[in-house]
Amino acid sequence: MTTALVVGALLAIACIGLVALPFLREPSVRDDRLARPDELEQRRLALAEERDRALAALKELEFDHRTGKVSDDDYRELVGPLRAHAAEALRALDLRAEHTAEERVPARG
Amino acid sequence: MPDLGRAALVTSLLLLVYALVAGSLAAWKGRRRLAESAQNALIGSFAATIVAAVVLLAALARHDFSFQYVADHTSRELPLGYTLTAFWGGQEGSLLLWLLVLGGYSVAAVLTGKRAGRDVLAWVVPVLGFVGTFFAFMLVFVSSPFATQRALADGAGLTPSLQNPYMAIHPPMLYLGYVGLTVPFAFAMGALLSRRTDERWIVATRRWTLAAWAFLGIGQLLGAHWAYVEIGWGGYYAWDPVENAALMPWLAATAFLHSVMIQERRGMLRVWNMVLVVLAFCLSIFGTFLTRSGVIQSIHSFAQSPLGSWFLGFICLTTVGSVGLVLLRLPLLRTKTRLESLVSREATFLYNNLLLVALALTILWGVVYPILSEAVTGEAASVSKPYYNFFLHSFGLPLLLLMGIGPLVAWRRASLRALGRTFLWPLAAALAAGVVLLALGAGSSRVGVIAYTFSVFGLASIVLEFARGTSARRALGGVGWPAAFSSLVARNRRRYGGYVVHASVVLLAIGVAGSSAYQTVREARLKPGDTMTVAGNRLVFRGFETRMESNHRAIRGLVDVYRGDKYLGRYKPGKNEYFAEDQISNEVSIRHNPLTGGDLFLIADQVNADGSIDLKALQKPLVNLIWLAGFVFVGGALIALWPDAREERRLAERYAGAAVRI
Repeated sequence: MTTALVVGALLAIACIGLVALPFLREPSVRDDRLARPDELEQRRLALAEERDRALAALKELEFDHRTGKVSDDDYRELVGPLRAHAAEALRALDLRAEHTAEERVPARG
Repeated sequence: MPDLGRAALVTSLLLLVYALVAGSLAAWKGRRRLAESAQNALIGSFAATIVAAVVLLAALARHDFSFQYVADHTSRELPLGYTLTAFWGGQEGSLLLWLLVLGGYSVAAVLTGKRAGRDVLAWVVPVLGFVGTFFAFMLVFVSSPFATQRALADGAGLTPSLQNPYMAIHPPMLYLGYVGLTVPFAFAMGALLSRRTDERWIVATRRWTLAAWAFLGIGQLLGAHWAYVEIGWGGYYAWDPVENAALMPWLAATAFLHSVMIQERRGMLRVWNMVLVVLAFCLSIFGTFLTRSGVIQSIHSFAQSPLGSWFLGFICLTTVGSVGLVLLRLPLLRTKTRLESLVSREATFLYNNLLLVALALTILWGVVYPILSEAVTGEAASVSKPYYNFFLHSFGLPLLLLMGIGPLVAWRRASLRALGRTFLWPLAAALAAGVVLLALGAGSSRVGVIAYTFSVFGLASIVLEFARGTSARRALGGVGWPAAFSSLVARNRRRYGGYVVHASVVLLAIGVAGSSAYQTVREARLKPGDTMTVAGNRLVFRGFETRMESNHRAIRGLVDVYRGDKYLGRYKPGKNEYFAEDQISNEVSIRHNPLTGGDLFLIADQVNADGSIDLKALQKPLVNLIWLAGFVFVGGALIALWPDAREERRLAERYAGAAVRI
């Protein structure tokens, strides 16, 4: 019974300590906001996903062509738009990176 | 000690309520330290649940019959292994296992789910807290494993069918599957609640979903083998409602694993994927409800219990809440991409999804219908094997065919000429197999011939995929065949792991078709010296032998098996009489033939007082392919789960800005 009480009390204390830890570690903070990706970051993420999707589609098309699943005619027809799409996604991502850098330079200054 | 168990469970419940309430508040108001605190509460609740589990295990090991649970499910004669596995042999213990596994998954998923983004993760914590709160509440207030009584001299023992080595592995595997589906559900809800419906939640839960799905699949196969060797009716799957309860979420998760690839590659089916995640999770809870509530009669069900209405309420709340949330966020889930062709890889995935979900829902209807009819008319209508078999054939056979077609079709669209080229060899192999099977007399079962033909088509397409892929990789890299093969698999683990899983499903289909469509069954009452014949095997009954074990008396019929004049061995089907449990179990005897993959399965239906035996003998062709499929399935799942450093680097670069711990 005593052992149970002691272990129970220790468990409760440890759990309370664990839950309170973030507040004990930082009793007062300047910024307690939960950081969320801003519009810029969200746009960058969406573009990065689009870029990866376009590049994966190109890679997949190449592989399907090599393994005979896509005929030469289909390959020629599909590869152009996919390359253009991938290039567009890459360009958009680069542009976004440049904009972000420009916007952050004055902010630092 | 029961006080410590109760205290640990109460602590766990309080922490989970805190994770739910404080986590919601933190995510809603955007409070960082509160979000961290809620996350820590999840970790603390897991620790508290471990303490509760250790208390129960200790009580089991010490035969502490002041614990009602220990007295109800064990006895002093029960071997230690089964005494410990009785942890999940009863309702309260299995609920505790649910909470324990959920705690482990929650902690691991939250600590490793950084890629989902801090805003999504902040909502994942209260969703996990919500699910955990329900189970902790049940354990504290409705069905506690720590209820006490005046200590008895001995316990009631464990149901004989649970006294089997599979008891140690089958339930935990199923629970790892059932509970694991909470993780993709929580991240999907987190994504919807935080309005971040990009692919981050999918990337963060990819492995968890795959692992949960693999555990559920392995758990079911282990259960099937357990039923085969232990229950003693000569089969491995009886469309028992609780077996169905595990199959339904597995089918929904299988559909999700396929359709999520379309979202990743084409950005399509985002609403559908959310629906599948919700469906898989709700079906996993429904499965737990079926097992725990006693609402249905099943060999797996525990006694009628007060859990039913609570579970029903939780299922309704979860379903309505999550579907409502999906509807609320519909504008965020719309995509501009459309299906380009009905003959494309994504289209075959879509057909596969429709068939899988249709199969899951028809099974659900078969499970629910008797309950509904009893509620309405007062009499439970039964849904029997022909109903399930009809839909298994209607949806399962096209699925088997699609498994062969899918890998051969290109993404986006495929021309007739390309299809003709890629389909040529698999089609030729399938047709040749069909002709040979008919010539060999397999036409006695139309379904069997179709299943075999489709299986050959599927296997041929998988082999061809590996061969063509290796050849292409070899041409690209200028390396030898082995290096090209390993590079092919290493660079596309999910795809080729998936193909290996497909091969396991084909093996399973062949085993199921062979052992059900082409099995031979013979029954006879034999006196010592009498003979019966089954599928060319001559069985001679020699009499009985009896021996005493620690907790039962074993009676065995002695049956000598001959093929022609060749003696194949002595087999001993019989029965066990368990003393403490006052129950009798069937103990089957099986002769495996490693060359043909078939079994001679002997059941002592009746041990008669006049020294005769009612012997049932089944010849089950190819049944061992089902168990072989299990090993192949594990191999495929491991390949798909194995981390890919190249992919990890790409994702790390993509989520560099967002991947910060909350």
